[in-house]
Amino acid sequence: MNFGQTARAAGHAIKAIGLTLALFAAAQPASAQDTATASEAAAAATEQAAPAAEPAVAAAPAAAAIDPNDPHFKVAPGGYTPMKPTAGKGMPIDGGIDIQDQYSPNGRQALGLHNVLVYIMFAIAALVLVLLLYVMIRFNKRANPVPSKTSHNTLLEVIWTGVPILILIGISVPSVKLISAQYKPAPEKALTVKATGNQWFWTYSYPDNGGIEVISNMLPDEDAVKNGEPPQLAVDNRMVIPVGEPIRMQTIGADVIHSFAVPSLWFKLDAVPGRINEKVLTVTEPGVYYGQCSELCGARHGYMPIVVEALPRDKFNAWVIAQGGKIDGAPDAPAVATAPAAPAAPATGA
Amino acid sequence: MATTAEHFQAHADDHHADHDHKPAFFARWFMSTNHKDIGTLYLIFAIFAGIVGGAISGIMRLELAHPGIQYLGAVAEFLTGKPVEMNSALHLWNVLITAHGLIMVFFLVMPAIIGGFGNWFVPIMIGAPDMAFPRMNNISFWLTVAGFVSLMLSAFVPGDAAGNGAGIGWTAYAPLSTYGSNGPATDFAIFALHLAGAASIMGAINFITTIFNMRAPGMTLHRMPLFVWSVLVTAFLLLLALPVLAAAITMLITDRNFGTTFFDPSGGGDPVLFQHLFWFFGHPEVYIMILPAFGIISQIVSTFSKKPVFGYLGMAYAMVAIGVVGFVVWAHHMYTTGMSVNTKLYFTLATMVIAVPTGIKIFSWIATMWGGSIEFRSPMVWAIGFIFLFVVGGVTGVYLANGGIDDVVHDSYFVVAHFHYVLSLGAVTALFAGFYYWFPKMSGRWHSEALSYLHFAVFFVGVNMIFFPQHFLGLNGMPRRYPDYAPAFEHWNTVSTDGYMVMAASLVIWFANIIYAFTMGKKAEGNYWGEGATTLEWTLSSPPPFHQFEQVPTIEDNDHH
Repeated sequence: MNFGQTARAAGHAIKAIGLTLALFAAAQPASAQDTATASEAAAAATEQAAPAAEPAVAAAPAAAAIDPNDPHFKVAPGGYTPMKPTAGKGMPIDGGIDIQDQYSPNGRQALGLHNVLVYIMFAIAALVLVLLLYVMIRFNKRANPVPSKTSHNTLLEVIWTGVPILILIGISVPSVKLISAQYKPAPEKALTVKATGNQWFWTYSYPDNGGIEVISNMLPDEDAVKNGEPPQLAVDNRMVIPVGEPIRMQTIGADVIHSFAVPSLWFKLDAVPGRINEKVLTVTEPGVYYGQCSELCGARHGYMPIVVEALPRDKFNAWVIAQGGKIDGAPDAPAVATAPAAPAAPATGA
Repeated sequence: MATTAEHFQAHADDHHADHDHKPAFFARWFMSTNHKDIGTLYLIFAIFAGIVGGAISGIMRLELAHPGIQYLGAVAEFLTGKPVEMNSALHLWNVLITAHGLIMVFFLVMPAIIGGFGNWFVPIMIGAPDMAFPRMNNISFWLTVAGFVSLMLSAFVPGDAAGNGAGIGWTAYAPLSTYGSNGPATDFAIFALHLAGAASIMGAINFITTIFNMRAPGMTLHRMPLFVWSVLVTAFLLLLALPVLAAAITMLITDRNFGTTFFDPSGGGDPVLFQHLFWFFGHPEVYIMILPAFGIISQIVSTFSKKPVFGYLGMAYAMVAIGVVGFVVWAHHMYTTGMSVNTKLYFTLATMVIAVPTGIKIFSWIATMWGGSIEFRSPMVWAIGFIFLFVVGGVTGVYLANGGIDDVVHDSYFVVAHFHYVLSLGAVTALFAGFYYWFPKMSGRWHSEALSYLHFAVFFVGVNMIFFPQHFLGLNGMPRRYPDYAPAFEHWNTVSTDGYMVMAASLVIWFANIIYAFTMGKKAEGNYWGEGATTLEWTLSSPPPFHQFEQVPTIEDNDHH
């Protein structure tokens, strides 16, 4: 499929309904967009087949040029200990009635639109309620014994057709902007994390980190409480990512369809067998963010939670090394030993 | 609507003792070809199916009242007669959500609103003696029953390793419904859809033929009551959407049993293809359920405001527009499947367009009341309740239409709240409005208006208590189709379950009202609502003669709608 063409066609269609302004915001990222389709799946598959190939190419010049002071390669001393979650952050609020606080740029932008939409929803429902109450009081049998026979009023009909159209156009501008922002692809050098949905657990692969793989199962409620984590949401091994960096987040299903969802990051992407879906994920603050599988996947659908732990780069590197992986962008395994950034050899092992 | 039908009917009534003889019990109810009898059968069936589906939701709300698994194991043991493992209890949960969805959509709302009220009143409202194909009408009904039986059977045969029943969700997404569920239960559930779908296709053909060919002289398309318009549009949606569902689930059957791989990537298939096919049917399906409700509400609002419907043509063509646009927005159910940005933009914008004709309908109902002389009889109270509840469900629809927003609430309880506001609180409220509007006409006896108001008040409080907190749960991050949840979600789940109890109490009032009507109810006159009731059913006795309009009524030119 030719995406440029589709984008242009869609552009024309949108213009035709008078969204010229919104188009400017949308068309650029839209045409540059490369979404989860066959072509991408193929690209990702190649990446999968030879996880070491890409860094090797990139590393050829970089190997010599690794800067020991480059924060990208810094490793925090002391290895990795799972972070304690902050109460109320990245998890549902007790008795909460609104969206969880957002910790990704897309989430912040979406939250802004969400807040506006909530006001619009209340306003429309209130308008109809007021009109209903007014006609019930003013035009009931006692107040108005003789009914009018009016059944047409062209101006009125034009108004209640036109005003909703204007409101919808108003909504569509930020909405289109939001979608195009969400589809901005990850930069070329972004770290790739692949989440695989299985019945009923998640596996997280890090092809850029020497292909390490994390199997993530739900913790029993007692263990979760012991760890100071919310029951039903805690896992034994978390998906750990560096904070503040755009991550190339990929999802795929190993058996049936699952869905990788983290509400506090405004992130939800189905894990479909046979196709790799991709979306950028940026977490702005270090923390632990809880989510749950969001596509019916069999008996234990409710028991495969997702935990994303966002760490500063040096701590993330320490986690990678603790897992027996290599820092992304660093030369291949043999070189890691000599790299100044990895003094604590992967002794902790996997 | 001024007609000359009264004369004809009065004349016919004189002779009824002679030739209005009804068939004997078995022939009348099991081999029925009379549209009113078939309508009655549909209503009785829908009430029965509704009780089953409602009881299932009762089990679900009970389980969800508090965190942890409390009741599922006991229910699973009761159903299988032996101790079960945890996985079987959890599988039962999926069986319950699947059965609840399928029953409420295919065996409650559709049979009641189209099969029941449609069969009863479309022929009468257009001045026809019966439906165009009375025998096909009969087989439509019995195929629906057969479909329901097939679905019930599925609960008692193996679904997958974990236990009996089809735990695939009402959407039956592949590959969970193909290689994800090995036992025959899923085949039974799919076959239930085949049967119900075939029944609905035949029903749609019947309605279209009847409405196009059997209108009384002078009953032009633009003079048809809006309920007839709504059923006409619905019939076209059924006719175009259901064959796509039939194709999709047939592909499921062949994937499951005959080695095809339409939806299996290991053979070159695509699971997402099933979702496209399903929702190409599934989205028009939601309008199939709500458009006849719009029609009922239009009749009621006009009757009790004693005014013709405001903007009749706008109302009729708004429904046509909703039907047409409803066919090109299906993928808004699939925003998280990994669609391209352009697809998502298109479906976002197209979906929002539906708010425009829907808004026209809401404002036209209010304008119909405006300047009217409103009588708050029980159907009108239900209708006003419908308008407000439907608006609440509608605005959350506009919210969900935004593909970028949907990412956070997709497949969460917010979506559950949204579609229950338009269906459970929308379509079902309209069903009760239609019930109280037409019950004396159908039965010849009065229900208690006092009990009807009480039923409304308790039902209104109950359903809002069930479903409004589910908005909060969804926003706070609770996914749907979960038997258990984090303690943070407990508060609103408990409120929701309490609401279920209130709603269930309202149904007890309703049943009491029906019993009252049949035991103590006064006899109803032909036009018991008075001057505002102008469509043709009000020219007949209550109940109407077994064969009405033996001489076809003529609709005069000076009528209003």
